[in-house]
Amino acid sequence: MAPVHHFLYLGAFLFSTGLIVIITKRNTIMVLLGLELMLNASNLNLVAFNSLHPGSLQGQMFALFVIVVAVCEAAVGLAIVLRVYRQYRTSVPDHVNELNQ
Amino acid sequence: MNAPLILFYFFEAAAAIAAVALLFARSVFYGALLVIVILLALAGLYVLAFAEFVAVTQILVYAGGILVVIIFGIMLTSRLSGKPLVVEHTLPVSGGLVGLAFFGALVYAIALQTFPTSESVAKTSTTFDATQTVGIALMSDYVLPFETTGILLLMALIGAAVMASDNASKKI
Repeated sequence: MAPVHHFLYLGAFLFSTGLIVIITKRNTIMVLLGLELMLNASNLNLVAFNSLHPGSLQGQMFALFVIVVAVCEAAVGLAIVLRVYRQYRTSVPDHVNELNQ
Repeated sequence: MNAPLILFYFFEAAAAIAAVALLFARSVFYGALLVIVILLALAGLYVLAFAEFVAVTQILVYAGGILVVIIFGIMLTSRLSGKPLVVEHTLPVSGGLVGLAFFGALVYAIALQTFPTSESVAKTSTTFDATQTVGIALMSDYVLPFETTGILLLMALIGAAVMASDNASKKI
């Protein structure tokens, strides 16, 4: 079994990648994908630390609840993206700058 | 080199390479497929970290649910515009610098710590049926957050359906 700090390095790498994706991509769906990547990186850390404590389940439980909340976030986020797209005809977040259509 | 270690490095390399490819993806559809690769590789890593239930939930909910919804969203938005979605990049230098600096800080913080090796832990956890324990814990100790997330999921999905429906507007 691999040592736990390999999980942590991979989690840090995925979190940084998600951050770069959120900053650099000019598309709302790509930003949502970067957000999912960051949530998964934190989940990886939770599961990795839980593997150090075999009798305890708190890390796995928290990972499960994070997954459920990520489902809610993705569903609501995509509904907002579709609605904004119908309203403004663009999926570039910088172009959505009018308050009243 | 034993089989779990080889599998571990395989899944780790798959997730890392797909994440790097996501940075340079110009198409949203390819980006979604790369995220599916990352999620499946992470599910494999969860199995190797003795979290089988989280791994199956990851495959069912993330790779089967969220990404299908995201691909639906991509197809709907590209249908509305009539042309394929091509992603432009903004602030590549400063965004990359922010990410690299954050990664460096995290790696420095992790390298300072010493963690117990997993061999001593793995011996005690062989007789530990994780899935059954997770099920019992979800229905006993964690039943309040379980029900609360159920209500949150219901609210979010009803809200998403109401927001995405277009019977209120005459457009499209």
